[in-house]
Amino acid sequence: MLVAVVSAVTATGLAYRESRNAVLERKQDAVRTDFKNRVDQAAADLAVPPDEVSLTRFAVGVADGLGDTVVVAEYRTLRASSDASADRTRISRALRDAVRTRNRMSFQRVDRHGSPYLVVGTPVTFDSGTPSGLDVYAISSLRAEQDDTAGILDAVRDGLLPVLLLTVALALLAARTVLRPVRELGRATRRHAAGDLTSRVVVPKGRDELADLARDFNDTAQALETSVDELREQEAKARRFVADVSHELRTPLAAMTMVATVLDEDAAQLPPDTAHAARTVSAETARLSRLVDDLMEMSRFDSGAARLNLGEVDLAETVRNTLTLRGWTERVRAELPPGVRAVVDPRRIDVAVANLVGNALRHGAEPVTVTLAPGGDWVTVEVADRGPGLAPDVLPHVFDRFYKADSARTRSEGSGLGTAIALENARLHGGTIEVANRPEGGAVFTLRLPWRRGEGAEE
Amino acid sequence: MPRVPHVLLIEDDASVRDGMELVLRRHGYAVDTAATGEDALALLARPAGHDVELAVLDLMLPGIDGFEVCRRIRASGSAIPVIMLTARGDDSDIVRGLEAGADDYVVKPVTAPVLEARIRAALRRAEPVRVRPGEDTYAGLVIDRAGLTVSKRGTPLPLPPTELRVLLELSASPGQVFSREQLLRSVWEHDFLGDSRLVDAAVGRLRAKIEDVPAKPVFVQTVRGFGYRFGPV
Repeated sequence: MLVAVVSAVTATGLAYRESRNAVLERKQDAVRTDFKNRVDQAAADLAVPPDEVSLTRFAVGVADGLGDTVVVAEYRTLRASSDASADRTRISRALRDAVRTRNRMSFQRVDRHGSPYLVVGTPVTFDSGTPSGLDVYAISSLRAEQDDTAGILDAVRDGLLPVLLLTVALALLAARTVLRPVRELGRATRRHAAGDLTSRVVVPKGRDELADLARDFNDTAQALETSVDELREQEAKARRFVADVSHELRTPLAAMTMVATVLDEDAAQLPPDTAHAARTVSAETARLSRLVDDLMEMSRFDSGAARLNLGEVDLAETVRNTLTLRGWTERVRAELPPGVRAVVDPRRIDVAVANLVGNALRHGAEPVTVTLAPGGDWVTVEVADRGPGLAPDVLPHVFDRFYKADSARTRSEGSGLGTAIALENARLHGGTIEVANRPEGGAVFTLRLPWRRGEGAEE
Repeated sequence: MPRVPHVLLIEDDASVRDGMELVLRRHGYAVDTAATGEDALALLARPAGHDVELAVLDLMLPGIDGFEVCRRIRASGSAIPVIMLTARGDDSDIVRGLEAGADDYVVKPVTAPVLEARIRAALRRAEPVRVRPGEDTYAGLVIDRAGLTVSKRGTPLPLPPTELRVLLELSASPGQVFSREQLLRSVWEHDFLGDSRLVDAAVGRLRAKIEDVPAKPVFVQTVRGFGYRFGPV
C-alpha cells in the first residue's frame, strides 16, 4: 500500500524532471545548431576588423532566422546588437570568459526579471582555427519552454491524483486478494505450531491457487486435530485405567495390610512352613502396597493432578529428617550446612531424596554421601555412592519407569518407579535431577532446585 | 484394669472393616463398626454412642460421604477426634476432609502400627493436660487451663480437642513463634515428616471460632515462612 503510493509519486516526479530536461535539451540543441549555421554564414561576409555599422549588420544578419532571439556581436571593445533595446547584461562575465579563453561555444541559462533565457556564446575563428577576436552571443527566451514544462507539471499534478487513487485501490485489492490470505495462512500456521490445532483459515472466493492452498491447509489441520484428539483420548483412557486399577487395588490391599500385622505377630507360634508363608504374605503385601502407592503417585503426575504444597523449611533439617525416618543415619554421610531456608514442598523433597539415597544404598556401595549445597539461584542436593558407577548404556534410562539395569537381576525392594517419581517431584518444583559417574568412581545424582527464598515477613 | 479406648470404625468395605476391627480388638480397643455414614450418625446419637471416643472415617461411602458425616458429627456438638481414611490421598480430598473438621488422616492402605499410632495420639490430645494451671485472659478471650475450657466475652466456646490443644500450645508461650513442624510433633505427635496442612487446617478451624474477623486474626497470627504465634493481642 505504502509502497504503491511512494512509487507512484516517485515515478511522477521522475517523469516530470525527465520531460523538463528533455524540453530544455531540445531547445538548447536547436539554438546551438541554428546559431552556428547563421554565424558561419554571416561571418563569411564580414570583413575584419569590423566597424560599428558592419558589426551591427552582422548581428542582425545572424539574428535573422533565429526567431525570438537577440544577437550581440563583440569585437574587442566594439559592441553591436541586433536589437538596440536588448539588455546586454544578460551576458554574464563567466560566459564571456568561457567563450574567450576556452575558444569554444558555451551556454548559460539566466533568469532576468523572472523570465528564463538561454545565452549561447561562440568565438568566430579563421579557417586555420585561430580566434579572430569576434565573439557572438545569442540570447533567446525560454519562456515558451518554461510554459511547456509548467504544462507538463500541471498535467502530471492533475494526473497524479487519479493515478494515486488508482494505485491505492489496486494495492488494496492486491492486499485483499493475495497478501491478506497469505498472511492469515502464516498466522494460522504459527498458531498451529504453538499447539492450537483448532485454528483454521477463511478460504478466499475463487478457484485460484491461494484458495486451494487455504483449503488444503484446513483439511490438513482438520486431519491433524482429529488424530491428535484420538491420541489424547487414548492416552487419557490409558491413564484413567492405570489410576482406576491402582485405586481398585487399594481396598483389598488395605484389608490385607491391616491383617498382615496379625500374621507377623503370630508367626512365631505357627509351624515353620506356615510361619514362612505368613511372613512372605506379609512382606509381599507391604511391597505391593508400596508399588500401588507409587503407581498412584505416578498417575497423579501424568494427569497433572500433582500439586505443590509449599512451605518454607530449613533444607538441612528436611534432609536429616528423611535419613532419620528411614534409619539411614548410620549408613549415610551427610554434609548439611544449616540455615539454607527455601520454599519447597517438604513431603515431595523427602520423597525425592529418599528415592535417590535408597537407590544409592541398594545399587551403589557405601559410603553414600548426601551433600546440600546452596548457590545463587539454585540449591543442589547431591547423592553420591562409591559403587561401580553406571554403565554408559544405562545412564540415559536411569529415570525410565520400571527400567531394570540388569534384566537378569532379581527384583529389588523398590517399585521400579523410584527414580521416575523423584524426577517428577523435582520437575514439579521447576528443578531437575542429573546423573553422572564421578571420575573417582561411583554414581552421583544431583537434585537441582530453584532456590525460592521465603519472604520472612509477617502477614 | 486399664481403661479400654472406645473406637467407631466407619467403612463400607467389609474386609477392610473386619481387618481393622480384628487388629484393634487384639490390641485392646473396644470397637463399634458402621458400614454407612447414616448408620454411624444413628449409632453416635444413641446413648451407647456417647461412649465412643474416636471415629475412623472412610471418605468414600455410599449415601452421605465422609466429608458430610464429619460435618454432621461436628454440628451435633461432638468433639470426638475424627481420623479420615482416604483411598486416594489426593490433595483435594485431604484439604476438604480437614476443612470438614477431621483432626488427622491416613491414606489407604495403612499398616496397623501406623493406624494405631494415630489413634493413640488423637486420644491423648483429647485427654486433660496441665500445660500450666490457671486462667489467662486476652482481650476478652478466656483460656481456663485447669478446666480446659475457652470462652469469649463470657460465652463458652466448645473446641474439639485438636484445636484446643493447638490453642493451649501456642498460648502457653505468647509471642513465641512455633513452626508447623514443631506443632505437628507436639500436638499430633507425628515423629515423621508430617503434613503441615494438618496444622493449617486446625488453625483455620480454630480462628473461625475464636477470632472476630478470621481473615484478620488477632489471637493466632501467621508468621510468614515460619509458622504461628499467639498474640501479641
